[in-house]
Amino acid sequence: MKERAQICLLPDGRRLHLHDGPIDIILEAFGDPREIEVAYRAVAARFATVLDELCSELAFLRQPACVDGPQPSGSVARRMTAAVLPYAHLTFITPMAAVAGAVAEEVLEAMTTTAELSRAYVNNGGDIAFHLTKTERFVIGMVEDPGRSSIFGTTTIHCDNPIRGVATSGWRGRSFSLGIADAVTVLSDTAAAADAAATIIANAVDLPAHPAVRRVPACELAADSDLAGRLVTQSVGELTPKEIHDALEAGITVAQSLKQSGLIRTAALTLRQATRVVGSQVSLESSKTPTPYRGMVHA
Amino acid sequence: MDVADDAIRCDACPVLCYIKPGRTGSCDRYANADGQLVRLDPHVLLERAVSRGETLVPFLEKAAREWDGNLLGGEDTFVTAIGAGTTYPDYKPAPFIISSEVAGVDMVTVVTEGIFSYCGVKLKIDTDRHLGAECSTVRAQGEAVGHVTTNEYGSQMLSLGGVRHLTGGSRHEGTATCDALLNLCNGNQVELRIDGGATIIVQADKAPIIDGVREERMRVGCGSATIGMFAKQWFGKVDEVVVVDDHITGVLSEHQAGKLLGVSETGIKMKGRRSTPGRYFRVAEPGTSWGGTNIDDPLSILGDFDREVARPGLRLLMVSTTGEHYAYFELDDALHPAERELPTALQESVARIRENCEPALCTVLFMGGAGGSLRAGVTENPVKLTHSVRDALTRVTCGGAPTYVWPGGGITIMADVSRMPINAFGYVPTPALVAPIEFSLKLSDYQALGGYMDHVQPLNSIQRAEKSRRRLGARLDNPWPLASESGGK
Repeated sequence: MKERAQICLLPDGRRLHLHDGPIDIILEAFGDPREIEVAYRAVAARFATVLDELCSELAFLRQPACVDGPQPSGSVARRMTAAVLPYAHLTFITPMAAVAGAVAEEVLEAMTTTAELSRAYVNNGGDIAFHLTKTERFVIGMVEDPGRSSIFGTTTIHCDNPIRGVATSGWRGRSFSLGIADAVTVLSDTAAAADAAATIIANAVDLPAHPAVRRVPACELAADSDLAGRLVTQSVGELTPKEIHDALEAGITVAQSLKQSGLIRTAALTLRQATRVVGSQVSLESSKTPTPYRGMVHA
Repeated sequence: MDVADDAIRCDACPVLCYIKPGRTGSCDRYANADGQLVRLDPHVLLERAVSRGETLVPFLEKAAREWDGNLLGGEDTFVTAIGAGTTYPDYKPAPFIISSEVAGVDMVTVVTEGIFSYCGVKLKIDTDRHLGAECSTVRAQGEAVGHVTTNEYGSQMLSLGGVRHLTGGSRHEGTATCDALLNLCNGNQVELRIDGGATIIVQADKAPIIDGVREERMRVGCGSATIGMFAKQWFGKVDEVVVVDDHITGVLSEHQAGKLLGVSETGIKMKGRRSTPGRYFRVAEPGTSWGGTNIDDPLSILGDFDREVARPGLRLLMVSTTGEHYAYFELDDALHPAERELPTALQESVARIRENCEPALCTVLFMGGAGGSLRAGVTENPVKLTHSVRDALTRVTCGGAPTYVWPGGGITIMADVSRMPINAFGYVPTPALVAPIEFSLKLSDYQALGGYMDHVQPLNSIQRAEKSRRRLGARLDNPWPLASESGGK
């Protein structure tokens, strides 16, 4: 029994939940209720085929991106390829590095091209595309570990700011990472660009050949991974403060050069309890005085 | 589903992941469990009728027979809280309040996953080796996650977790603690480092690995107890026996057991502090060698033999409390012990000590306080649930496993994680552990304590919704949660 393309309103009656295979999206549109309905209907129509379109070109999308190579035909696939091409001559990267952000953008566009919305967001497993008009803004919370939703910093995006995409990458997440960052959160003009850049920066936060870092060829974990035999991080043991500093510094260097080339606006890099920010935008809530956890829930 | 090598092709969606054994697909929802494609997050039902001789057999949904109301009647199916969901933010009725008829009595089981900020594990490690001083900090991933507590008979106890490590320290301390607890409770291996002590690898129901060495067996008893147990078997075959033990080293000729048998004095001089006759404390420092001491040469705990009493040719056996270490000596003309091969007559007694040592295990008891707001998911007047548990009208189980409810206030429970289905625990980022908890009681008692009667649903209403449920055979060594008397079938 296949359980394909589930599209349903969450119990709050405001947010839409989309689920198909590995895609899991929560989105919300704001504006006139009739416009929201139009937007949600458009999303439902668009989303139904997104995974099938991607899978029809999956083999191509798992190959390294190549500047003069052939282009895929699907619109999500084209967003993915465009997002990773700036890196193709520098390093190994496949369009899959931008898949989550590209899907978020595509779904957002389905809403914004059919309905008049004051603002909207599409959160595809932490990679977020959003839409803002006039005086609207979004406040975005950031986590250090994609597996746990503990907010350590926030950023506010106003309409006059060009940022429209947020993505997070790290070795603890669902996707594999070549680096050791717990989380790299990137703000860019589009979600696909943020997704690709977060992958690149998270890969750069690294201590090559460090004995406390356990790495395994990606293909041993997932036979059909686009990373093939590349070593992906499986666990990170104890690190000294200097090692944490060095690893973050390697990521900062890459993040700064991406910022200079206009590929990103801001990046926040986290390893253990250390967080470094490139660019402005981010206010760290607990960088100075680590607030102990307050139990929200008690048995 | 299509099989290639050991990986399987998942056909749940068009990505068609090749999933290696023990791994999940790109969605994290489907996994390859021993060549079977399984969905990871089902709600677990325990079934008593099936599974004979084997424990915890996944019930294949595809091969499921036609539903037969008699076979899967209320007496033989128990709805666990594993995968049930929680009552957060607590005033909601529990996700499942299930009624069933058991031996003619209407029973109800309130099923929820508790979010435990107040929880931890008590770890019993069967070893005599010195793991670390009492009160030493126990670390995982470099973070303090607990401490060394008492030394029990043949075992070292550790206390891990608790609200202070989970929520009272740094963020990393909290997440490292939550990780360690989750892994231990779900039956996975965890490496722990004890300040000023050993590095150990522990896993529920498995032998501990201490500084890289797998612990094979528990000691048979303390040194003094070993003398008492085997004195008769040594009598006449050897003149003196020293059982080396970090706690209480026993000396046959001075021990009451030797005296009663008429063993003569040997002139042996022990180091350490004499407690009562034939029992010595602190003959050496704690360690991971002979009998949990730091000595490699057993003679280092002996002084010179008394020249007035000892005689050349006197036969001396030294043995540890596990029989793992032993040496046999005879006094030379200068009354110095000279090592000789262990005589056949004594080999048997050393082997007997070993044989009496049980396999060393780590055991993990989950401990949590369910006396807080979780109760509001059961009744609108929470203290009535506490009273009902105290009065033994309500039985508390964790994933169908029996619990020990601490006397005194609150509902503080302990449960052996190895008696629960695998992966019964989860976590929330608070950080806190999510543990299954079920309250079973008579329907009439439930009504009396102010239960959510309008949320009670019959068992078969959830049995029909097969899709997201997983059926497991109940463990035969657990009492059946709905039985009127403990003792299972």
